[in-house]
Amino acid sequence: MFLILILLAVAVAALSGLPGILLRRSDDGGERISAISMVCAACVGLVGAAGGLLGYGGKPLALVWPAVGGGSVGLDALSAFFLVPVFLIGGLGAVYGLGYWPHCRHPVSGRRLRFFWGMLVAGMALLVVARHAMIFLLGWEIMALSAFFLVTAEGHRIASRQAGWIYLISTHVSVLALFALFAIWRHVTGSFAMTPVAPQTLGQGVTALCMVLVLVGFGLKAGVMPLHFWLPGAHANAPSHVSAIMSGVVIKTGVYGMIRWSALLPDVPVAWGALILLLGALSGVLGVLFALGQHDFKRLLAYHSVENIGIILMGFGVALLGRAMNRPEWVTLGFGACLLHVWNHSLFKPLLFFCAGAVMQVTGTRQMDRLGGLAKRMPWTAAAFFVGAVAICGLPPLNGFVSEWLLYLGLLKGAVGTAGGALAALVGVPTLALIGALALACFVKVMGTVFLGAPRTQSAADAREVSRLELVPMAVLVAGCALIGVFPSAVAFALDAATGCWLQSTGATAIPVAQTVPLGVISLLALLLLACVAGIFWRMRIKEVVTAARRSLSWDCGYARPDARMQYTAGSFARTLVLIFRGVLRPADHPPQVTKLFPVPTRAYSHVDDAVLDRVLMPAGRKVEEGFAWFHRFHRGLTQHYVLYVLVILLILMCTLFPFKNLFAFVFDRRGGGTSVCSSAGKQTLAPPGAPRAQMPYTYMATLSPGNQAAHRNHGRPFTERAGTPALPTAYA
Amino acid sequence: MLETLIHIAVLLLLPPLLPGVIAKTKAWFAGRTGPSVFQPYYDIVKCLQRSWVLSETTTWIFWAGPIITLAATLLAGLMVPLGRAAAPIAFTGDLILFAYLFALARFFTTSAALDTGSAFEGMGAAREVTFGCLSEPALFFAFMVLAKISGTLSLTPMLHAPATAFAAGITAPLMLILIGLFIVLLAETCRVPVDDPNTHLELTMIHEAMILDHSGPLYGIILYGSAMKMLVLGSMVLQVLLAFLPEREMLRGPLFLVLLVLLAVVIGIVESVMARLKMLHVPYLLISALLFCSFAFILLIR
Repeated sequence: MFLILILLAVAVAALSGLPGILLRRSDDGGERISAISMVCAACVGLVGAAGGLLGYGGKPLALVWPAVGGGSVGLDALSAFFLVPVFLIGGLGAVYGLGYWPHCRHPVSGRRLRFFWGMLVAGMALLVVARHAMIFLLGWEIMALSAFFLVTAEGHRIASRQAGWIYLISTHVSVLALFALFAIWRHVTGSFAMTPVAPQTLGQGVTALCMVLVLVGFGLKAGVMPLHFWLPGAHANAPSHVSAIMSGVVIKTGVYGMIRWSALLPDVPVAWGALILLLGALSGVLGVLFALGQHDFKRLLAYHSVENIGIILMGFGVALLGRAMNRPEWVTLGFGACLLHVWNHSLFKPLLFFCAGAVMQVTGTRQMDRLGGLAKRMPWTAAAFFVGAVAICGLPPLNGFVSEWLLYLGLLKGAVGTAGGALAALVGVPTLALIGALALACFVKVMGTVFLGAPRTQSAADAREVSRLELVPMAVLVAGCALIGVFPSAVAFALDAATGCWLQSTGATAIPVAQTVPLGVISLLALLLLACVAGIFWRMRIKEVVTAARRSLSWDCGYARPDARMQYTAGSFARTLVLIFRGVLRPADHPPQVTKLFPVPTRAYSHVDDAVLDRVLMPAGRKVEEGFAWFHRFHRGLTQHYVLYVLVILLILMCTLFPFKNLFAFVFDRRGGGTSVCSSAGKQTLAPPGAPRAQMPYTYMATLSPGNQAAHRNHGRPFTERAGTPALPTAYA
Repeated sequence: MLETLIHIAVLLLLPPLLPGVIAKTKAWFAGRTGPSVFQPYYDIVKCLQRSWVLSETTTWIFWAGPIITLAATLLAGLMVPLGRAAAPIAFTGDLILFAYLFALARFFTTSAALDTGSAFEGMGAAREVTFGCLSEPALFFAFMVLAKISGTLSLTPMLHAPATAFAAGITAPLMLILIGLFIVLLAETCRVPVDDPNTHLELTMIHEAMILDHSGPLYGIILYGSAMKMLVLGSMVLQVLLAFLPEREMLRGPLFLVLLVLLAVVIGIVESVMARLKMLHVPYLLISALLFCSFAFILLIR
């Protein structure tokens, strides 16, 4: 029943962009139809997901797809859990797009964006409910390709195109890993069905191989640290609501893939849990460190996705450790933290991207150092961003705190319990504390440079609040952050259901989260904190005194005319931290060039390049390119050349068909006259009967000749043409 | 119930005494008479009665910052036991909420500073968040040591464990985290050698630079909040210190408050005999605190 709702939502979402394509380019009817149908699909899908979380998912549904031997889709709590962000952000982003990317302002890409938005949501929902490897791959590819078209919506900008290509390459490398994974899966289990294997059926080697492929394939999509290189560019250059869904939902499909496949493999060894915990810690710290070094608003947010994926993976690592070492408490807390952070991140990250989009829309820039003072000009956007920033830093009383709290407790319970757990805590707890403090520094920097202080440019000074169509989706997400933060027990049932689903294959039962940690106390204290603040506000009669307050200049060390340029910038705010971690970040400084006695205006800038893309992949690619420079001689882009190469290669390949041995035997036979023992023996073994020896060269020539002649007849002239030297027409005329 | 009321009363009334004691100690070292130890009380009351002056650049964050900071500090203060009695709020995992409430306070203090658009306040905020990144992991390492010793994840039993369950095997880890926590205390409450609250040059300030524009009632709230933070973190350090004191059962009673005042004297002595570190050397001090605490944990699980 609820599965049917999900499939209905998938169909509606997939078709939502079609009416727009049939209408005129700048017609706003199409986008309205599309947004309304996306909202309907989202509502239906959310109802379906809620049903799945409550355990009414029903049996998997078999689909007719003879080419791969049938397929099936199903809705269990784990799928339902990941469907919630897919449909929530799918719906909200469609509404946001009405204000942010209307057809009338973007006639070229507007309709395309609508169409692929629907396809993206449909693809993600399909892969999450898939119970068959081929349907999973189908959904995966639909998602990957639509995301490519969404990222390159502004294809006229070179940065956007480049980011799109890097994304496309990386997503296809991940698909290759998945092909290998599914092929192995088919080989060892005998089918493409995604059903758990019984414990101990796969060998250690096969499990390890599967896990490596899972980590590479899904890790690339999720943006785990060494494999995150596509993420900052793609998220920064896409339209903001696309960045929101990419960062909030698309990368979570990688996490879903890891979780689903670890559910299929019940006996994953302890080492994998430890490895994932370490990878998570690495992603978390490096993600937030690189975020600190950015000046680009959206790039900074993109690096925070790497950080949050790290936190999610740390939770997952604790859960895997707990499952392998048979510690149900770790599983509950670790998996609970992992899942809750998936939801949380899909609430506050889209919120932050929506705000960033609003800022970009009114000021036209992503450079934080060109903004400032927007809290006065766009108060609602600023307030929404503020809530998102508090939430992403994991501060009480918002949702980010709850998931980090669960993760801390999972790690600390290990530290109190066993030596192995203490090691995990030794890595995990201080790392998490460091991540939290660095994220705080980073978001104070963003808040301070973008929204607070005085405007640094005229465009920031002229900014106005964005439309309601953009503010309403932000408000919904703010409400979500506050709800989970203040009443975490309201979502405990979903965590329990999904954890139970994950543990099903091992036969273990999950302890409910509410029995492990006092969630109710968190609500009480969150309310107490809010009550304290409200109480002080009330006691001070804050509204009256603020309106009655005398206004004056900011104190700038006695300077009478403070200027907006005197403020701390994004770069100067993070400077000390960047210098402390310069070993990893390697900031590149370009100091101003002061040459003459009366210096002319000059510029100074610094940037932090990506560790993997800019420092490893690009230089490596350039080295390979240099090494193969000689190859350019053959690689000239002339179609005729390539046809010639095909012919030459074909000829060379055909040469192997040529019976050299027979020829040699024939030659030696004739020359030696059969006197040599050796040659006569060779003659006998290589060409035992006499007739074939005479026939073979003949048949070979017969097959070769017509094609050869045809090639010469049709393309003879360009084949012999050397680049730079004109062909000699007279010779062939 | 009575214990809870006493806890709340101490938490609300005692804090301004500590900066007063520190100032008196420093005056005594310098050979001056110095202001009365109750001077901070007078200052706060005086500030609260003043009228409001706000900068033209600021928004609601400027005035909400100090208030949210005070509320967060107050809530954190309800989780740390003062003496033998349990804290009014104690539950599994309160240590994380405790640390994150201070982070919340830091978030709002620094945001409020950046709201003024002044270069010096930006400078202070940048330093505050930078040093916070180093002191927070140190605090968590210390918590891990205490959690491991006590076997619980709640601040009250964790902080009582050094005094009640003292054993020879935990001496070294406790000593290490005591040093680490004391450094964190100095850094978080903005004392010498990390920050000099009495400096006159905005360029060298951390905490004082952030609140240059806060005046009147908001300044009073900030003074009160930072004194309360000193009380909360100070009692945490004292609970660990109790393990090394003779007659510790007696000291855990009402005499604990006397110990708190003595701790303020010690901070005053540190301030009198030391100079502030160069700003670029502060991270080294904080990293050494981090290392002390991490070695303590490694000693414990070896």
